[in-house]
Amino acid sequence: MEQQPASDPSTAPDPRAASDPRAASDSRGAPDPRVARPPDPRAAIETVFRLESPRVIAAVARVVRDVGIAEELAQDALVAALEQWPRDGVPDNPGAWLTATARHRAVDLVRRRENYARKLQEIGRGLDPAAPPEEPADPDAIDDDLLRLVFTACHPVLSAEARIALTLRLLGGLSTPEIARAFLVPEPTVAQRIVRAKKTLATRNIAFEVPYGPDREARLGSVLDVIYLIFNEGYAATAGDDWLRPALCEDALRLARQLAALMPKEPEVHGLVSLLEFQASRTAARTAPDGRPVLLRDQDRRRWNRMLVARGIAALDRAGAVATGAPGPYALQAAVAACHAHAHTYEDTDWRAIATLYGLLAARTPSPVVELNRAVAVSMADGPGPALEIVDRLVAEPTLRDYHLLPSVRGDLLLRLGRTAEAKAEFERAAELTGNERERELLRARADECRPH
Amino acid sequence: MPRYLSLVKIDEATAPAEGPSPELMQRMGELIEEVTKAGVMLDTAGLTPSAQGVRAHWEGGKISLTDGPFTESKEVVGGYALMQCKDMAEAIEWTKRFLKVHEEHWTVTCEVREIAEG
Repeated sequence: MEQQPASDPSTAPDPRAASDPRAASDSRGAPDPRVARPPDPRAAIETVFRLESPRVIAAVARVVRDVGIAEELAQDALVAALEQWPRDGVPDNPGAWLTATARHRAVDLVRRRENYARKLQEIGRGLDPAAPPEEPADPDAIDDDLLRLVFTACHPVLSAEARIALTLRLLGGLSTPEIARAFLVPEPTVAQRIVRAKKTLATRNIAFEVPYGPDREARLGSVLDVIYLIFNEGYAATAGDDWLRPALCEDALRLARQLAALMPKEPEVHGLVSLLEFQASRTAARTAPDGRPVLLRDQDRRRWNRMLVARGIAALDRAGAVATGAPGPYALQAAVAACHAHAHTYEDTDWRAIATLYGLLAARTPSPVVELNRAVAVSMADGPGPALEIVDRLVAEPTLRDYHLLPSVRGDLLLRLGRTAEAKAEFERAAELTGNERERELLRARADECRPH
Repeated sequence: MPRYLSLVKIDEATAPAEGPSPELMQRMGELIEEVTKAGVMLDTAGLTPSAQGVRAHWEGGKISLTDGPFTESKEVVGGYALMQCKDMAEAIEWTKRFLKVHEEHWTVTCEVREIAEG
């Protein structure tokens, strides 16, 4: 790396260490002055900005009441930092510096608008005529701003794609090209989604707030769904050549953990964290060295990440500890994942418990996909016959018409019942339906294995 | 997102005998809360003094055990942080914040290493 002048006095190495040879010889175990280097200021600033930008945007959005403008002001603060920090040194609390700089500009902007509005004898659209709020003094206020940003980015007036893009951009600190790469869509498409989403929030006058009214549960559900969709896109990529895009899983997991820290009393947030920790624990075992997907039953469970399993269990315990009613859908799915995590083999799994949990889930959020999962558990607890009865009731389900896992599961049950010709046709149909190349290969291989005995 | 282990090394001979000041503990608590809230911190802890540690060594097909303190090393591991970060630059940024929590009379080295996945 290029040697740059030290910009951060607190972390720059002692200049004597580089020039005084004694410094190198008398200090066993101390940093070797030959490799001690000052940090590259530009890269360090960009890293700090990525970490801090959600908080900066959130703090500013409360002043300007517009996430689009808030993001622009945060970018302005980054430009100011890139100018000033290499010259004057990195401030002791870079996050606070960025927030203060952006908020200062925001207050200026609001005042200019208010003057303008007064001159026009009217108030600008949606603008609070009161003076801008005081700077929040304590970190809790910033946490509240962050939560407002979360709920705004995941607002139900936006399409799912828009919520995802906006959440990754504003809260995950991802750039538009990074989001485009992650979702395998052209960059201008993502850019347009984000622009439109911001415009929708502004024109529909969406309040920058955490909902506490009767719509709170549904609004929180929307937030959790966005994070889960992001995770799933990385976990079982719906398109493309790779079975897994782990970076998206990590982004989602991090968002979920952040949300749990912001809303420690919401059981479903812990439920989502738990579910994602469990699923992420299997990442390494889900892909063979040649990139093929490895199904749960075939996974080498020694490769499951024990730390993530432990975190999943802890999060599920927290969900239970703060719960006031029956478990929600994410906690129930996490409980299913916990059954898998506790089992040493696929066959040893407590399938009856899983079938019960899926029954509870289906009662709470009726869904043919949940029913399909219940059928798999029933097949392990009671055999393929009773499971096939459940699956056959789903064949007519219009929402599952193009869902590749239906013929995939049905093929598996038929194969176990010895009905190989029918099984082969189902696997072939599943292979046609999946959008994932790796999964298609796996399903074709299963179809090829279906030979009459 | 890769995981990074920050091995916190201190010189037990020169580290303040009374241990960390209450102010340091307060700042450290706030920082750990911040890093946890950022979804970054997976696990962190300080270690008991090396006097209570044992080194197990394998060489030439033989095991030898050495009781602490490990006075032959200037710096010994005094704690660790396991973090999930976007990249090394981010891991270093958090590590810098960890170091800045200490008073000037402390000498602390953090060795930041990426965990080999798979």
